[in-house]
Order: sequence, then structure tokens, then C-alpha cells
Amino acid sequence: MAVVEKIGGAGAGATFVPCWSCKGPVASRALFCHTCGAVQAPGSTDHFTRLGMAPGFDLDDEKLEKQYLGFQRVLHPDRFAGKPAKERLIAESQAVALNEAYETLNDPLKRATYLLGLKGVNSEVTEEKTVNDPALLMEALEKREALAEAESADAIEDLMISAGTTAIQLLSDISLAFAADDLAAANRSVLRLKYLRKFLEEARLRRAALES
Amino acid sequence: MLLQIHEPGETPAPHELERSQAIGIDLGTTNSVVAMVSGDHPEVLRDGSGDGLVPSVVAYVYDEPIVGKQAQAELAHHPDLVISSIKRLMGRGAADVKKLAGALPYELAPAEEGKPGDKKFGGMVRLKVGDQILSPVEISADILKALKLRAEISLGHKVEKAVITVPAYFDDAARTATKDAARLAGLEVLRLVNEPTAAALAYGLDSAAEGIYAVYDLGGGTFDISLLKLQKGVFQVLATGGDAQLGGDDFDHALAEWAMRRTGITGLTSGEAKILLQAARAAKERLTTASGAELKATVAGHDVRQSIDRGTFEILIEPLLGRTLRACRQVLEDAKLTVSEVKGVVLVGGSTRVPLVRAFVADFFKQQPLADINPDEVVAVGAALQAKALTQGSETLLLDVIPLSLGVETMGGIVERVIERNTPIPVTKAQDFTTYQDSQTGMLIHVVQGERETVDACRSLGRLELTGIPPLVAGAARIRVTYAVDADGLLTVSAEEKTTGVKAEIAVKPSYGLTDDEMADMLRDSLTYAREDMEKRLLLESRVEAERVLLALNAALKADGALLSPQERAEIDRVAQIVKELVAGDDRVRIHAAMEDLDRATHDFAQKRMDRAIQMALRGQRLDEVEAGMATDGAQ
Repeated sequence: MAVVEKIGGAGAGATFVPCWSCKGPVASRALFCHTCGAVQAPGSTDHFTRLGMAPGFDLDDEKLEKQYLGFQRVLHPDRFAGKPAKERLIAESQAVALNEAYETLNDPLKRATYLLGLKGVNSEVTEEKTVNDPALLMEALEKREALAEAESADAIEDLMISAGTTAIQLLSDISLAFAADDLAAANRSVLRLKYLRKFLEEARLRRAALES
Repeated sequence: MLLQIHEPGETPAPHELERSQAIGIDLGTTNSVVAMVSGDHPEVLRDGSGDGLVPSVVAYVYDEPIVGKQAQAELAHHPDLVISSIKRLMGRGAADVKKLAGALPYELAPAEEGKPGDKKFGGMVRLKVGDQILSPVEISADILKALKLRAEISLGHKVEKAVITVPAYFDDAARTATKDAARLAGLEVLRLVNEPTAAALAYGLDSAAEGIYAVYDLGGGTFDISLLKLQKGVFQVLATGGDAQLGGDDFDHALAEWAMRRTGITGLTSGEAKILLQAARAAKERLTTASGAELKATVAGHDVRQSIDRGTFEILIEPLLGRTLRACRQVLEDAKLTVSEVKGVVLVGGSTRVPLVRAFVADFFKQQPLADINPDEVVAVGAALQAKALTQGSETLLLDVIPLSLGVETMGGIVERVIERNTPIPVTKAQDFTTYQDSQTGMLIHVVQGERETVDACRSLGRLELTGIPPLVAGAARIRVTYAVDADGLLTVSAEEKTTGVKAEIAVKPSYGLTDDEMADMLRDSLTYAREDMEKRLLLESRVEAERVLLALNAALKADGALLSPQERAEIDRVAQIVKELVAGDDRVRIHAAMEDLDRATHDFAQKRMDRAIQMALRGQRLDEVEAGMATDGAQ
């Protein structure tokens, strides 16, 4: 299908595509065809745009939720139960895209990682790409040792509280780093927060094992 | 029955409304309930004596199965032909069946009896009932047929669509089995809804509640705890947890085992186990209001007569209730909430009538739980409300989550999670894998569900065999495995080799389900869902699709009809008229052919509409002006 890039004018960059149902032109980001009303496929766009939020680390949680629920109200497949199978599938792919966007933006750590990715910084930790920040590795090692030595649920609780406090501090560091457009600093804090989250999860499991 | 095309906004003909009516079904372990919304009020469909509960018991004594109270009455005479609590075996293997002191309350059929070639058969347990071998899916289908019949008698016309509830904690195999059972019963499932979510819907709409609510659902065989956020008609599940093998049945087992210990009886047959469990259930129910009860049964040549007081009963079930509270703690942690943030706790399920259960819940949540709506019926009422929402539209919306993490087996039997529990559905996630040997052309993908790290401790859902991977050096192939969970909570897995774009062939063998072949066989054997029904369904789908095409064309002609010459317009109208006439008939193949003709006849029209938009854009008009120019009569 031909995609038409609009040239010049105030709406530069906007495109339109043929509607799958009535075949007429429809804006590529439109949710519904303005001619026949059929729901349109989600298309590719960033999570912020999808939920109508200004891109950035600091965002209004309440507005994010309101936007997400507002879009789900009109796009969720339950709204299309009596419609042809094809339309139901398109609605489902819209709901999938909304859920993915909301899941990413609603969690500050996922949001920060995603935002770094949009700005060209790959912050994903994978098997091939490990971290080589000695201070971070030392901190992770010490915390692991402390967890291994903790023998009571209370002792683990203490470790969790201390890690939780650091996590809150890191979120505010990340916010400041993004505000100053210091992506390297944001990335360092994001990686540290990832380790802390992992540690907290392990601590939770250990505590549960000790309690039962 | 003809489908008439009506203009949007016009009221459908009365018989069409009738056909679109859908019922809500709570397919329970112990009891089932069917409800529907007539006018604005949900209503539980009752029998002559006003009873809304249909015991989920099936007796295979005569040619036709009997369901409900009459089936229960057969237990004393034909314990081997009466099946209850079949829900606990949905999507389960033989090893999952709960024993009563070594005796199974079912007679299991040997695996894949008399049917060679194990590829064709899924691993779901089969029961031997008299001289029949039945799967839990078929037995559940018999219960669903009885509920469908109850609704049809009450409404005076056929019912074909339903919303069916399942425990939130049901895994994929059990959900699939439930949907299969509905197909066998001739019911189209509009949506599988989680029981606590359905209960919240009924409760929330009734009381206009807003805020965070917990639904504590202890049924006959399953326990669910869900936390929901209710706001402005949206019912958003924040977290769900539970135990798919914990319910009132386990109270019965505890009581029956206690009685066996006291009397020294051992070695029950499966029929005797059923009778003793029924006696235990009766005693348990008396203890809800009375301080003492007697457990009476005649088994293994003994007259069992044991008096039990409520305190003793409570000691027996306390460990089970402790397990429910652990699950409550877990969901609060998952949702990052504390007890003080929970505005209300709704009790659902017959087992929440037990006074100790209420006391435990009140103590844990630091508030008196709500049970204003009959806990046995609230789930079916919620299902009926959702059935109405799906067929006639609604302002409410249910947003649910997946209860258990989905993963894949990796080297060394370790589970790699692909979708985490409590992820909102529908959801799609992909994971890349590679080959570990040179020239490897096949790969086995083992799909598992659960929270544990090792495959053995999780639930096996199925194995996909991937073939046709291009032979490359080890580690070079990039196989993308995609997990898609739909709004029913059902999983589909697909795989593709990304470097070459080869779509690998996959064959699924469900670990505890029925294979496609088995389902096909059962559908063939089924009296209510013969081939004609399948044809009818396909015809309906074609009509709906044709109706959509005609409406879309109508809108396009209204907006841009001026682009056509009178001759072009006449030709499109002529072909559209043929489609319109065929839709009123019942020849699916001709409808399809005519729609293809219509597609060809409108091809140039579509091209003109696109061309004009491009030209307007080139002239520098803003996109919204272009749209406004195209939608001259203001159609949506």
C-alpha cells in the first residue's frame, strides 16, 4: 500500500494511508476512519505519542492513567464484539499497543530505559552486554553477600528498606539528569536502579522462603 | 432466519435482538448458575422451585446424561456413573487428581486407551464412566448444555452466545478446556471473564463503588483473590492471585479424612469415596449455622456416624485458610498496595459462608467484608452484565490481567519468563532465541506457565516443534518466538527465523489439553454441534463481513460520490445490489464471489479518492483540511 508523505505546510510529516475498510484516505495516526468509521491499525509510533503525553521522564501519573483508560474505552476489543472478525483483530492490536505503551511509561525505570533508547542510548542489560562500572559491581557484590548472610526475615527487611531508600534517591537523580540532558548520568543511575530492583526481588524471595 | 440490512441508527428487527441475546454462565465446581439481563436488570434463571443453583453433577445412567439435582439423587444408587467436581480436572493430567486417603473419587481411564499414535492425543485426564470413556471437556459440555436449555426454556427461543466465567487463577490449559466445552455444547463464547472480575462488575454497578476493592472468591474447588480499581465505569484489575486447587471441596476432604481416622476405615472404592465426601459436605453445610453436626454415611460395610462441633471443623480447615491469606499478602505486594488502601472486600463463592472464613478475611483486611449480593449468584450476574455489554454496548469496561507468568524452557531446565504475571491483557511479547549446533534445522520450544525458576516446578502448557530453520552456524539463526495473549487470557505462540524470514512450521502438542484432532472428533460426535452448525456459523460471519463492506461503501459514496461519473456510479450500485440480495440468502460461496466482484468494481473509485487526497496535500493543505474537504457531509 502506498504511503504518502505530505510535503511542506503546517502539517509536515503527517501521512495518510488507505482505510482498510472503505479504501479511502485516512491519516496514518487516526484511530478511526473519518469516512466510514472503521477502527484503524495502531501503526508505529512512540509510546508517548500513542498515549498523547509529552515525551519526558517527569510525567503526570494521573494524566497518564486517564489517557490510557480513555483510549481503552474506545479501542478495547470488547467494544467490537459484534463486529466482523477483522475489525475485532484490529481493535485487539490497538489494545495490545496501548497496554505496551502504558506498561512502559507507568514504571519509572522502564520509562527511563525507553526514553534513553529514544535518545539513542541503549540501556538494556543483556548477556552479551554486561556492566563494567567497578563501583556498581562492588555495591552489587556487597549487597548480595549481606543478603546471603542475613538469617532472619527481619534482617532481610532491614536490607530491603535500605535498598528501597536508595531506589527513591536514584529516581530523583534520574529525573535531574534528564532535566539537564545528561544522558550518561541518567544511564548510570538507570543501571544502578536495575541492579537494585533485581536485588529487592531476590530479597523478597529469600524472605518468603524464610517465612514459610 | 434472515439477516436484514438496516441503516445505522435504525432499530434492529425484534427477532434480531432476540438472536443477539447472550447469557452469562458461572460454570462452578460445585454449582453452576445461568443469568441474563432483560431490560436493565440482571436476572438469575431459576427452576420451578425458585432455585438458581444447578449442582455441577452429571449422571450417566440413561442414554441421555442428567444434570443437577436429579443427577445428585442418582449418587446413592449408581456412584460409579455420577460425576461431580469435574471442573478440578479441566486441563489437568492424571497425576493431578486429588485422592481421598488413597482412593480416587473418579475412575480414571488408562491413558489414551485403545487409541494408538500418541501425537494425536493431548495429556488431559480421561474418566471411565460405566462403559464410556469421557474427558472433563465432554462432561463440562453436558453441564453447559443443561444451562443453555434452562435459558432457552425460560426465554422461549434459542440461545447461542454466552459469557462464561473461569477462576482468575485458571491456567491456559484449563481456559482452553472451558472454551472447548462451550463449543461442544453449541455455545459461542463471547468472552471468558475471570470470576472475581465478574463479581466486581456486578457489585460495582449495583453500588456505584469507586476506589480499590478486593474480591475474595473461595468456591468449591478454586480460590481467587483479585484487587481491582473501580473508577467511572472502568474495572481495572491491578493484580490477581490464588490457588486453582483450593476450595470447599478441600474442606470436605479434611472432614472425610478426619471421619476415616476416627473410625479406622481404610481402602474405599471410588464410589464409596464419593458417598463419604457427600456426607462430609452435608455436615459442613450444617456447621455454617449450627454449632454441631453429624457426619453419616454407610461405606466399606461400616455405618459411619461421627459428631463434630464447629471448633473441631475450624481446626481442620485453618491451614487451608492460611494458604488463602498468603495469596492475599502476595497480591497486595504485587499491586504495591497496603491493606489500608483497600476500600472494600467483596466475598464471593459458597465457601465464604463458612463463619471462620469471614472472620479470617475481616481480620486480615481490618474491615467487615461485603456480601450484599448472594455470593453464590454474584459471578453469574456479572457474567450476564458483561454478555449484555458485549452484545448491546455499554459504558463499562473490564481490563484484566494474566494471572500466571508465561515462559519458555531454556538450557538446563531453567524457565525464561516471556510475559510476567499481572500484565494487562491483551498482550504480545517476543523473545529471540538461537541455535546451539551448526546446521541445526529444528528446535523444540517448551511453553510453561508459573512463577518458579525451574521447568519441573511450573505447569507445562505444550511443546512446539519448529522445523525448516535454515542450516547456519551455531548461534547465527535468530528465531523470534512470539507469545500473544488475547482478551480471553488465551495464549497463542508463533515462531519465525528472522535472518532469512523463514516462517518455521510449528505443531503444538498440548500437555494437558485436547489436540485439534480430538476436538474435531468430538465435534463430529456431538449431536448439538453437527456440520450444519459449522456451516451456519461461517454463513453468519460472511453476512456480517458483507454488511460491513456495504456500510463502508455507503459512507464512501456519501462522502466522495461526486468523483464518479453517472456510469461508474451505476456500475458500483449494480454490483452492490447483487451483494445486498445475496446476503439475504444463505449461499456463503456466492456472497464471497460477489464481494470480490464488488472489490474489483470499486477499485478505481478508491484510487480516485486517494489521488485527490494526494493532490490536496501537494497543494499544501493541512491534513485536517484535507479530511474536512473529503468528508463534506460531516460523516464521522
